[in-house]
Amino acid sequence: MDVLYFAWVRERIGMPKETVETNAATVMELVEELRAREERYEAAFADLSALRVAVDQDLTEFDAPLKGAREVAFFPPMTGG
Amino acid sequence: MTVRVQEAAFDLGAEANSFAAGHSDMGAMVTFAGIVRDLAQGDLDRMVIEHYPGMTERALEKIAGEAKDRWGLGDVLVIHRYGEMAPGEQIMMVAALAPHRKDAFEAAEFLMDYLKSRAPFWKKEFTSDGADWVASKAEDEDALTRW
Repeated sequence: MDVLYFAWVRERIGMPKETVETNAATVMELVEELRAREERYEAAFADLSALRVAVDQDLTEFDAPLKGAREVAFFPPMTGG
Repeated sequence: MTVRVQEAAFDLGAEANSFAAGHSDMGAMVTFAGIVRDLAQGDLDRMVIEHYPGMTERALEKIAGEAKDRWGLGDVLVIHRYGEMAPGEQIMMVAALAPHRKDAFEAAEFLMDYLKSRAPFWKKEFTSDGADWVASKAEDEDALTRW
């Protein structure tokens, strides 16, 4: 599945996008897998209240299921307008 | 209904005029434009706006569609830029056409409130001291409860 990062999440992890092999059933399980990888992921995911997540380009919650998902994106709260 | 996400600047007047043309049954058009605001110290060098291609268009179309249905709008226009902008440049605009002004005003406010916290854009401000991502405001999220 493709995992995308935006804004300071992208900067902390050091890349905009990667392909991840995972059997994570929920967004939270995917986050735990990523956090266990390296310090930069731990730094990006340290405070989940400061993050938002989208699954297949729809805003959702961290307990959302990942079954069939092609794309998951992590980013800070949006600041458009 | 038109949603455009683009790097290039736009001409607010020309966009509003062409948007309203041919809608003689609509008595009210409300437009709003967001502008790159300089910092209090007056030292903003530039702003860079990042977005999520694909999701951005989907989110804006959803918000515009909801506004159109809820206020019975004749038409809705949303233009939002990304990339680098200088203080004073226009970042984005919305326009709502309705038979009467109350619906056009309300729809434009709804569009802006939702766009601010539901469309995937992120602003980064650059000054001579460095760069900082603009933090979201709790009041922006609270504004949604109104609708």
